Amino acid sequence: MVKTLLSHLKEYKSASIKTPIFVAFEVLFDVLIPYLMSLLVDQGINQQNMEKVWLYGGLMLLCAFLALWAGAKSGKYAAIASSGFAKNLREAEFKNIQNFAFANIDEYSTGGLITRMMTDVTNVQNAYQMIIRACVRSPLMFIFSMAMVFYLSPAVAGIFLIVILFLGFSLFFIIFKVRPIFEKMFKKYDALNENIQENIAGIRAIKSFVREDYEINKFDKASSDIYVVNKKAEKLLILNSPIMQLSMYTLILGISWFGAHQVVGGNMQIGSLMSLFTYTSSVLMSLMMLSMVFVMVTMSIASAKRITQVITQVSYLQSPKDGIKTIKDGEVVFDHVYFNYAENDNDEFVLDDINVTIPSGSTYGILGATGSAKSSFVQLIPRLYDATKGAVKVGGINVKDYDLKSLRDNVGMVLQKNVLFSGTIIENMRWGDPNATLEEIKEACKLAQADEFIQKMPDGYDTYITQGGTNVSGGQRQRLCIARALLKKPKILILDDSTSAVDTKTDALIREAFLEKIPDTTKIIISQRISSIQDADQIIVLDNGKISAIGSHEQLLKSNEIYAQTYAAQQKGGDEDDAE
Amino acid sequence: MMQNNLNGLLRVLKETIKHYKFQCLIVLLLIFVSAFCNTYGSVFLQTLIDDYITPLTQSADPNYGGLAKAILFLASIYALGILSTYIWNRVMINISLGTLNDTRESLFKHMESLPIAFFDQNAHGDIMSVYTNDTDTLRQLISQSIPQLVSSVSMMVFVLISMLIMSAPLTSVTIIMGALMILASRMITKRSGKYFREQQASLGKVNGFIEEMMEGSKVVKVFTHEEQAIRDFEKVNNELFEASTNANKFANILMPIIMNMGYISYVLTAFVGAFFALHGYFGISIGTIASFLLLNRQFTNPIGQISQQINAVIMAGAGANRIYNILDTPSETDEGIVTLVNVKKENGEWVECKENTGHWCWRHPRPNGKVQLVELKGDVRFEDVTFGYTKKKVILHDISLFAKPGQKIAFVGATGAGKTTITNLINRFYDIQKGMITYDGIDIKLIKKPDLRRSLGMVLQDSTLFSGTIMDNIRFGKLDASDEECIAAAKLANADEFIKHLEHGYNTYIHGTGESLSQGQRQLLTIARAAVANPPVLILDEATSSIDTRTERIVQEGMDKLMEGRTVFVIAHRLSTIQNSNAIMVLENGRIIERGDHDELIKQKGVYYQLYTGAFELD
Repeated sequence: MVKTLLSHLKEYKSASIKTPIFVAFEVLFDVLIPYLMSLLVDQGINQQNMEKVWLYGGLMLLCAFLALWAGAKSGKYAAIASSGFAKNLREAEFKNIQNFAFANIDEYSTGGLITRMMTDVTNVQNAYQMIIRACVRSPLMFIFSMAMVFYLSPAVAGIFLIVILFLGFSLFFIIFKVRPIFEKMFKKYDALNENIQENIAGIRAIKSFVREDYEINKFDKASSDIYVVNKKAEKLLILNSPIMQLSMYTLILGISWFGAHQVVGGNMQIGSLMSLFTYTSSVLMSLMMLSMVFVMVTMSIASAKRITQVITQVSYLQSPKDGIKTIKDGEVVFDHVYFNYAENDNDEFVLDDINVTIPSGSTYGILGATGSAKSSFVQLIPRLYDATKGAVKVGGINVKDYDLKSLRDNVGMVLQKNVLFSGTIIENMRWGDPNATLEEIKEACKLAQADEFIQKMPDGYDTYITQGGTNVSGGQRQRLCIARALLKKPKILILDDSTSAVDTKTDALIREAFLEKIPDTTKIIISQRISSIQDADQIIVLDNGKISAIGSHEQLLKSNEIYAQTYAAQQKGGDEDDAE
Repeated sequence: MMQNNLNGLLRVLKETIKHYKFQCLIVLLLIFVSAFCNTYGSVFLQTLIDDYITPLTQSADPNYGGLAKAILFLASIYALGILSTYIWNRVMINISLGTLNDTRESLFKHMESLPIAFFDQNAHGDIMSVYTNDTDTLRQLISQSIPQLVSSVSMMVFVLISMLIMSAPLTSVTIIMGALMILASRMITKRSGKYFREQQASLGKVNGFIEEMMEGSKVVKVFTHEEQAIRDFEKVNNELFEASTNANKFANILMPIIMNMGYISYVLTAFVGAFFALHGYFGISIGTIASFLLLNRQFTNPIGQISQQINAVIMAGAGANRIYNILDTPSETDEGIVTLVNVKKENGEWVECKENTGHWCWRHPRPNGKVQLVELKGDVRFEDVTFGYTKKKVILHDISLFAKPGQKIAFVGATGAGKTTITNLINRFYDIQKGMITYDGIDIKLIKKPDLRRSLGMVLQDSTLFSGTIMDNIRFGKLDASDEECIAAAKLANADEFIKHLEHGYNTYIHGTGESLSQGQRQLLTIARAAVANPPVLILDEATSSIDTRTERIVQEGMDKLMEGRTVFVIAHRLSTIQNSNAIMVLENGRIIERGDHDELIKQKGVYYQLYTGAFELD
């Protein structure tokens, strides 16, 4: 996992290497300062030698400035390295998601993917910055300072070791104890937040059933529950500061006592004693830092795992090498096609032995109840999913042999779940053809019966569509989506229940326009409404993944029970006055 | 904005101190004690060197008795310091977690009392963020930022006093450097604050882009738009990189700069001290220099911390403001006097009683002191009702209609005609501006809201459920309903069939927002929930989502059974379901333009006829 993630460092490798190098310099200079100070005291002040004072004082200043410079440099490179790493990770995720097949997309929720690209990456970014800075800084600081302590007074170093063992053990004991409590608490928090979310979304239900007090009681109980767990964790956590102080104070007292003996005995000089006090805080602080870094880094492991999963996810669908790029015509053939979403689940197929040939340029309607696999059927044509068994052929060639992009560019599809993107109508239309002229866009919109309402909008074709297309009505959105698909000038056009919100008159106009303007395009129309498909050359009736019947409107009316029933239901109470 | 944040902050402090007066006092006191003990230790170094080590070195037969005593004394001071630190931290838990819990609970309690308009006007994500982000910054403010600030500042004050006592000239070096450090840290935090805001904006932009592309990821594939999407993504991603680099750069260099400026201050002190000592100025001894150097570090160390904490405090102030914005939003008002009571018949008259008799009356206290009992029947009338969500835009114009007990009234019309608005008025989610709505002859403004709403059942189109078992969700309609009652309601609603087939039946745990149930199944549960409540009047907002014909039939049957014997208002999105209504109201731009039963309206060949034959878009 770590290796996969690190391979995305790329151009930020050098910053990642420079950071710890500058950190090392900074620590080195920082550690030298107290030592120089002891020399200044012992050789300068004690010996009444002003020259030495100037010398060591000057060296100390130099060290401080060098440390400042190195510290600032390391901070800058750490920022570049970690932000760059985050950028590359996000990009790697995004790029790989673009490679996902529909089947891959189905496995993740939108929210899940956003978390993986945003929060998780930020967590890893912070952890990474910690690692290249603090993870280098703390141990180095610790080692350098300890080395100085040993150098100055091996006797005092003994006390250091004991205190460090005590502190290190205590810190990790606290972390070890607190972590499971926090994990429990976070779960409770999630449940509480879910509860709040539901209350906000379901406030109408709560108010209309007068359940405010009931919900408040429920919430108070959950909140108090968190309070108790949180308190348990905090009680452990606050031990940190007194323990830190205890260690620090023990060292100061120990150094004072033993140090005094050493100085009096002539084994140490006063300057060294003074610098020992300074190293005390350096050693303890670096230990404290290390425990904090440890917590941060372990917390980011879960995020790193989730990111790796997205980056390494292999798309279930691959474009063949040297795939065929030209598509002869819009003929579609299903040859003993079986299909299942989950590959291992073989006993019951979503599509079960489908055999049909749709000639190029014809119009086919598809009818069937929800769950009869209408959408699955058409999604095999542009190879959004692969057939489990059997072959789907377009223009006489198996779809698996086509270059994926060329195939999809030739199969225009309006999905049941229509999505427009934020941007002007023109920008949305150019999804179909990035080079489309305004004239071409207008032409397509006229075909889809969208031109009229677009013209009525204050900004016409420059009208800004909000995210998800919420500022146009359902019927308008569907027509815009059809126009967008038309701009691809596809050889095959598939409408998956895409006119359900369009009124019957407009619906008819769209179909008329299709017949007249794009006669060579194969048109496959899924609809719940008989009127939308009754003029089709042939109608396929799907029932539970199987083809129940294929035929024209008149034939099916006579021969197919499902079709006849649906027709009767839709005509019920209908138009006695209608001439038909 | 700054001023605003400050106000929020002050209010938090005031409320916290009000609730935890005694504890706050203890914490404050003990922080001082702890800071004092710490400073005392640094000053001790001077005593150690000048009073013990130097004389001891010169004596031929060193006696360590005095030193031992002094160190034991220091040890007891330290013990006091450690104890204080522990106690104030421990007391702080009570304050900070208590405040967090109180804030959360009062926020929620108040939220439940807010009018529907609040939820319609605020983005749900924003409300949510007050609970998740803002309360947490508040906790951090109380438990970390403020104690640290107090501790740091009092430490600096103690250190400063000690330094002044020891040597005023040396102190001036520390103070000048300290001032420079404060200046530098303010400059850096200001810049980094600006870049952090940029980063935040950039994060939002990337988030929005990803959200849109993920929602539309299937469309991206169908249009082979992947490469373009990647190019667009790279653009926003790069912007984020720039902002993030800048923000982190300044945050990262703050500590090295402050720390090393501290070292420079340390070096200068050593230097100046040595100079004074050697020349015998100001009577400075080695002990003084040693102590001074420790004090110097203790003075400069908190500076970086303080400037970081100040930023945290400002952010917490903004969070506190958002919390108070909700807490200050006025609750729903209820000036009603009429209540719903159980009654029994005695000598042909309704008499109020405590037990649940299944019979209800409106208890209407009259100005003359008499109490009138009006039987709950479900007669609802609109008289010239005019309403708009804002004063400027009127949604419903002069609507008059009546529904006698047991009648079914349907509303049809295109999106925006005002159908759904009607459901908001009968139960007083919103109040009408003109006209009157009466319930069993009583103006609904006179009825207490909880009692009014209890008498109305609602099945809404978004079919919200709550996390819990299926049984819990049905029982939501009537909290004291037995399992049998709930199952009976589910049977009535046609929900029993699918529930029985679930692995854990009625004990199946569902998530309110989860997708473990289909849209149709969720709707059946909301019908069962309304059924167990058994109200005399029902408001049904039919689902718009396309459910398949079979499920639709099952849902419809469930609704039909629920409607039997009740006054029903139906907001219709499909015309097939309302043909048997007693009256159908066709709405257009907030006015009733046609009314009558199905046959009459078909004969009129007006808007209803056109809708019915599919010539107009419905919804």
